[in-house]
Amino acid sequence: MTSAREARAGWLFVLPWVFGFLLLTAGPMLYSLYLSFTHYDLLKPARFTGLTNYREILTDDRAATALWNTVFFTLLHVPLQIVLALGLASLLRRAGRSAGFFRTVLFLPTMTPPVALAALFLLLLNGQNGAINAVLGWFGFTGPQWTTDPAWIKPGLVLMSLWTVGSTAVLYLAALTRVPGERYEAARLDGASPWRQFWHITLPGISGTIYFTLIVNTIASLQVFTEAYTMFFGARPSTPAEGDAALFYVIYLFQEAFGSLRMGYASALAWVLFVVIAAITALQVRLSRDYVHYEDRS
Amino acid sequence: MTRWPLLPVVLLVAGCGGLGPSAADRPNTLTTMGFGLPDEHATARVAVFREKRPEVDLRINEGVFDEQQFLSSVAAGDPPDLVYADRRKLGGYAARGAVQDLGSCLERHDVDLAGYREAAVRQVTYDGTVYGVPDFFTVRVLILNNPVLRENGVDPATMSTTDWTALAEVSAKLARAQDGRVQRIGFDPRVPEFVAMWAKANGADLLGDEPHLDDPRVVEAVRYTTDLVRAQGGWAAFKAFRDTFDSFGAKNELVSGQVAAMAMDSWYVNTLAANSPDVDVTVAPLTDRQGRPLTEAGGQAWAIPKGARHPELACELIATMTAADTWVTAAKARRDALAKKGKPYSGTFTANRAADERIFAEVYDPRGIRVLEQGVQVLQSVQDKAFALPPSPAASDLVRSWEAAVSRVLFGQQTPQESMAQAQREADRALTRVGGR
Repeated sequence: MTSAREARAGWLFVLPWVFGFLLLTAGPMLYSLYLSFTHYDLLKPARFTGLTNYREILTDDRAATALWNTVFFTLLHVPLQIVLALGLASLLRRAGRSAGFFRTVLFLPTMTPPVALAALFLLLLNGQNGAINAVLGWFGFTGPQWTTDPAWIKPGLVLMSLWTVGSTAVLYLAALTRVPGERYEAARLDGASPWRQFWHITLPGISGTIYFTLIVNTIASLQVFTEAYTMFFGARPSTPAEGDAALFYVIYLFQEAFGSLRMGYASALAWVLFVVIAAITALQVRLSRDYVHYEDRS
Repeated sequence: MTRWPLLPVVLLVAGCGGLGPSAADRPNTLTTMGFGLPDEHATARVAVFREKRPEVDLRINEGVFDEQQFLSSVAAGDPPDLVYADRRKLGGYAARGAVQDLGSCLERHDVDLAGYREAAVRQVTYDGTVYGVPDFFTVRVLILNNPVLRENGVDPATMSTTDWTALAEVSAKLARAQDGRVQRIGFDPRVPEFVAMWAKANGADLLGDEPHLDDPRVVEAVRYTTDLVRAQGGWAAFKAFRDTFDSFGAKNELVSGQVAAMAMDSWYVNTLAANSPDVDVTVAPLTDRQGRPLTEAGGQAWAIPKGARHPELACELIATMTAADTWVTAAKARRDALAKKGKPYSGTFTANRAADERIFAEVYDPRGIRVLEQGVQVLQSVQDKAFALPPSPAASDLVRSWEAAVSRVLFGQQTPQESMAQAQREADRALTRVGGR
């Protein structure tokens, strides 16, 4: 009886979320699924066209370019973000009493609005007089044209994306502090090198957090939009002079929806992305069974 | 007693706008989209309307025109009463039925588009029906940096875009690049955005009744302009260099000698006069390969969306805002505001010929600034020679196709022929899709 009351109370408390989910997420998603089988330009009624939109995606060169750009960005961004964040968190752990200060400093860039960040990096990355190439010049390197050379636009965007590494580093720092100190003591007594300690104690100890950030960052990277759109597409009504090098999947989806008014095709693109993300996430979940270590399950 | 918790819920729902009419439903309320009030040209014209119709609650929704917001509002049956948008977009909206035929509106308010510039009227006329009233009118001209040209032994008076071979030679002579870094642009043809004009200079229309993107004359224009850029350090360095310009500052690219010559929009003459009045430049008409003056027109237009609540009031506002008297009032307000800052008034270029004639006869105040005295004459001389791309139901896609094609050539990813052929296929597909596949 008590548990039935508790269940009712529980449902009552989650009811606002359930309504919100059904109304604002599940409903629009289902409608978008329906639209993906139609030709719909917002102004005339949607017309059912079956699988035409999906067939078109298979032969659409720009969709393929956009998907490749997005996957390329994800493959570079996610591992770099994780490695850099882990390095910073390890340093922070040794910072002692000043850790709080450095933690704040590291986290602050995350608060920068993405549009401001994009404007800032357009200046920093400029191949002619940007600060990044100036720094490279001090070391004798001639920096590339980060913002105008198609071969360097995506690496430039990855470089910019590392600006927000602080939020991931703070998560890792929290995880590192939870790894029991006695394990390191025991390892040191056994003569384990710092590398072996990191590999056999630290990494398994924080593997749950790494797994979480891997999934979250992968999903976010596959949906990357704001910075690239602001830098290369926002101020222009049509194609940027840099070509399609920064055309990420969601930007293409947005262009098709609101530039070409092809809501049906854009919906189909959205569902393809959903399936891709779901497949990658499922693969990550499968792999996590072998590589992620949970304290409460050991 | 037990029902009291319902009250805040009802209030909440009502407060969220779920109940009651929206502001746009009220009589005598007029809502706009895409029109801002950045200067006296806008504020003074709005003031004229408000004085004429004080009982109307005119709500100016500040900010640039947002296509997504506009189309969503039309689809939802809740559009603004007027939109102010790029004329190039109107054809697409007309084809989709998102804007209204203005024929009877213009007739009722005695607005005769015969007195407007032909290129602008062409942009707002789709399938023989007028869907908008043109507002400002911009053209494109050649701007020459006199000191840089003279230092390099080039007489600005002899430089033109007629002889493409000679232009390429002068451009190469004026350009400077070192270690993969561009230090000065010799001649900037402003591609991909001005490609329609270069095609026209070579005798081809990118867009007629249908796209002609793979026309050999278009291909030749693309090859020529992209070669010009590639000969000046390559597109990546060229564009990165251009991105560093302080175009709206006192040390702009012409003052600092970063550019020797360029094709540019006419509004830049005003910018130069306001920010660097002593700059030594020559404004010249762009010419086709036969030496005839050539320019491409652009600008905005007013239109009334389908489903607008107050089309008659909206029509009255359009007629008032674009009338010659109103433009003159706005020009005077602008001139007086600039005079208070010690700045010249470079005139206002509208699509309404009568308005322009009066503005330049009664209000224009160049204050002896050479770039204006010389440049405005040139601008006026090419106004009626301007061409404009015809409206198209797939305008956005078509522009994207040809600009992307030129970008591919600039980067050396495709030959001009291959790239424009691809653009033609994309354009055909876009037009088929607009027709419902």
